[in-house]
Amino acid sequence: MKIGAPKEIEPGEARVAMTPDSAQALQKLGYDCVIETGAGAAAGFTDDAYKAAGVEIAKTAAALWKASDVVAKVRPPQEVELKRMREGQLLISFFWPGQNEKLMELAKSKGANVIAMDMVPRISRAQKMDALSSMANIAGYRAVIEAGNNFGRFFTGQVTAAGKVPPAKVLVVGAGVAGLAAIGTATSLGAITYAFDVRPEVAEQIESMGAEFVFLDFEDTQDSSASGGYAAPSSPEFREKQLEKFRELAPEMDIVITTALIPGRPAPVLWTKDMVEAMKPGSVIIDLAAERGGNCELTKPDEKIVTDNGVTIVGYTDFPSRMATQSSTLYSTNIRHMMTDLTPEKDGVVNHNMEDDVIRGATAVFGGEITYPPPPPKVAAIAAAPKKEKPKELTPEEKRAAEFEAFRAQTRTQVTLLGGGAAFLLLLGLVTPASFMAHFIVFALACFVGFQVIWNVAHSLHTPLMAVTNAISSIIIVGALMQIGSGSWLVILLAALSVFMAGINIFGGFLVTRRMLAMFQKS
Amino acid sequence: MDQGFTIAAYVVAAVLFILSLGGLSNQESAKRAVWYGIAGMALAVFATLVGPGSGLWLLSLLLIAGGAVLGVIVATRVQMTEMPQLVAAMHSLVGLAAVFVGFNAHIEIGRVAAVYAEAGLQFPQVEALTGEVAETVAAGFRGFAAIVAHKTAAEINVLRVELFLGVFIGAITFTGSVIAFGKLAGRVTSAAEKLPGGHMLNAAAAVISVLCLIWYFNSGLFAPLALMTLCALFIGYHLIMGIGGADMPVVVSMLNSYSGWAAAAIGFSLGNDLLIVVGALVGSSGAILSYIMCKAMNRSFVSVILGGFGGPAGEQQAIEGEMIAIDADGVANALNEADSIIIVPGYGMAVAQAQQGVAELTRKLRAKGKEVRFGIHPVAGRLPGHMNVLLAEAKVPYDIVLEMEEINDDFPETDVSIIIGSNDIVNPAAQDDPNSPIAGMPVLEVWKAKQCFVLKRGQGTGYSGIENPLFFKENTRMYYGDAKASIDALLPKVG
Repeated sequence: MKIGAPKEIEPGEARVAMTPDSAQALQKLGYDCVIETGAGAAAGFTDDAYKAAGVEIAKTAAALWKASDVVAKVRPPQEVELKRMREGQLLISFFWPGQNEKLMELAKSKGANVIAMDMVPRISRAQKMDALSSMANIAGYRAVIEAGNNFGRFFTGQVTAAGKVPPAKVLVVGAGVAGLAAIGTATSLGAITYAFDVRPEVAEQIESMGAEFVFLDFEDTQDSSASGGYAAPSSPEFREKQLEKFRELAPEMDIVITTALIPGRPAPVLWTKDMVEAMKPGSVIIDLAAERGGNCELTKPDEKIVTDNGVTIVGYTDFPSRMATQSSTLYSTNIRHMMTDLTPEKDGVVNHNMEDDVIRGATAVFGGEITYPPPPPKVAAIAAAPKKEKPKELTPEEKRAAEFEAFRAQTRTQVTLLGGGAAFLLLLGLVTPASFMAHFIVFALACFVGFQVIWNVAHSLHTPLMAVTNAISSIIIVGALMQIGSGSWLVILLAALSVFMAGINIFGGFLVTRRMLAMFQKS
Repeated sequence: MDQGFTIAAYVVAAVLFILSLGGLSNQESAKRAVWYGIAGMALAVFATLVGPGSGLWLLSLLLIAGGAVLGVIVATRVQMTEMPQLVAAMHSLVGLAAVFVGFNAHIEIGRVAAVYAEAGLQFPQVEALTGEVAETVAAGFRGFAAIVAHKTAAEINVLRVELFLGVFIGAITFTGSVIAFGKLAGRVTSAAEKLPGGHMLNAAAAVISVLCLIWYFNSGLFAPLALMTLCALFIGYHLIMGIGGADMPVVVSMLNSYSGWAAAAIGFSLGNDLLIVVGALVGSSGAILSYIMCKAMNRSFVSVILGGFGGPAGEQQAIEGEMIAIDADGVANALNEADSIIIVPGYGMAVAQAQQGVAELTRKLRAKGKEVRFGIHPVAGRLPGHMNVLLAEAKVPYDIVLEMEEINDDFPETDVSIIIGSNDIVNPAAQDDPNSPIAGMPVLEVWKAKQCFVLKRGQGTGYSGIENPLFFKENTRMYYGDAKASIDALLPKVG
């Protein structure tokens, strides 16, 4: 079958759904690849590069749509594009089925199948095709770069001959994928970074990226595992407390990056007008939620504005497209992984398995029917945090009592063992002759010495230890030598055999030990 | 020469043996210590040869020389991966020698009794014979038989129990070691196999042996001794057949211990303190090794010997995620970018003979200034310390080869962990899932490294037969294939 990637017709969109690299990987799955001429130009991939990777070039969009059995796109299709689709053709792209019912109807009427990359369920198996995450990662990075572009100072603090420069302070609101990427970029540029999220369990991730978690003292915190790892709307009391905290932080912050989104809802307003007014002139706000109305009250989507008090508010919605090469590479890899799952046999034929959680979840239209919304996935996105019982704090008295009890138990077992052993020995002494007991003393002491000595042997030398004890246990040769002088031929024979076998053991054991020990070299 | 000299030589030899074991506490002193052992052995043999009661000098020396030739040939030819087999084979020799020496002791008692009967005396005497009569009777005997001739009734009874024990333990050691050798060398199936009846057969054989002891104690006949020997041979065979391949470290150390106890029992019956001391040293050494191995598997000694893992204690946690494969390029990239690497080898590395490749990889990575270390689980491989020897053979310096306890805390700061042919010893279920059959077993926490690569033949489970959630973790990638081929594919891409 043929996979095609058309040129995006949305103005300003620079990304492309297939790169020369991903095309090569797709060919390994058994597919032929075709691309519309100039589709990758804006992302830095020339037609020649595609040709070199064995990709066919289609002259026009119409030819491409006609030639392909599978069409991979970035932006949701427009009506013109959907009208070109035919029955059984598969479209893979961002689709936002919740907001694009008309398009779904159109696809359904055409009999085409649609896989929405934005609907890939958030389970660990599907992470490799989670295009939302890979795009969010880029957006987070780009947000910091954009902020730096509009910010008149260094990120990192410096002491120079020309004076001291304080480090910039960055606040990231919402520690999802984009937020974490922003945190990572800001800290590596040297800024002092703070981060806030309504989900307390991300505190650890925030701190691992080098930022400080803005702690909100509130009783009723939410557990995001119920909502698939995304934030859920919070209670009005919580919101009040949150805004209060932001108000307190606003005058100190140089750069604010907001990334707070709740699935299927307009973005929550977290950075109000009065906070913007409280900020220092020259500060920058990057609103990554601008597409859904923005987290900042003053954000204007797709625009950069400067407020009266000199605060720059960036409301661009096309951050990933601004880094088209990077985002195309990642997105095309997501597409490739989706195709890998769709082609379990690697025979170049799509097997649209609606039983598969991931494929079912992402499919919006299939077989002439609208399959959105999908049933909840069988596997929970993130395992619910196990309820941990706190170990009971022991008071010092209880601790001391427990220690004393343990000590007593230890003493008891030791005394019992010693007593039992001694009693056994005494009884043995009563019935056995003195000559035996004389040997027994030697035996008992040798066991003690053996235990003391062997505990100190290095673990790495256990094999040489076994070889050397092997050689030493051939001391049984001494017994055989004592018997070999006997008058009975049978005794001589058995003793001779024993001497022979012990001889093998002595020489073999010591020699192999020497060989092994000689191999242990220090670096 | 007289008895005094021989005993003095034995004391010196015993001290030398203790020093030779004690010297194994570190790699450098071990090289010296092995000479102590050799000197001790030479001294002991020399003192016995020149001591009272021995005879057939020439024959003895010839036999020792013959054994030496064979021993040297075996020791120089053996591959380090074959060490477990070699150790097991050597145990079997000690076991068989103990059986023979025990039989000899029995025969000598019979001969002495016959001479007594001829002289019209009762054997054994209640009080030791003194004076001229004793001299005339004992005159015909040398060595061990002479000692027997002077024994009282009580001493002869003790002697019978001792030699009985010596033969029993020796026979178990013999067949047990032969089977262990077969399993380790791949000539006997390494799966756990039992005859119908299972451990009841072993128990029956043990009961028969005890009955034989009572019979032998009262009659002094050869028949009970022979019957018991057959039972012990069967126990050795059947017990070890029922134990699977990965439990071999415990088995081999157990047999090591038994060969020591057999020597000690024989020492009692011969009244030879050197045999007793050395037997006790070797016996306790093997016992400690078995204990360490069992501890490392969080299983009791009895459960290992009786075979089989305990069943799951309840419903096991479901494993989420999928195994993600990776190719050589991916692993090489990660290694080139990593600063700190920990390699965890297992039996699979030995099977694939990949240690040379691993060592070469280590050299290349270290040459680039990366920190490369090895984490060794106590039960990795088929012999205690097996991995250390293999790595040492491949010239990996021993100071970067660390024990589990030494390295386990360092995984969170490690960029890449590589698991080569090990499974259960890196299974996170041992910590996370209280219902897992291996719950509580100490494991190497490789999953805490930033990235984790598993070199493995296929998707099968390990020895315990349970799934390993490590393979499904997000930071784990599976690099399938034969370990040697996989490492060789990596080498040109690294560095």
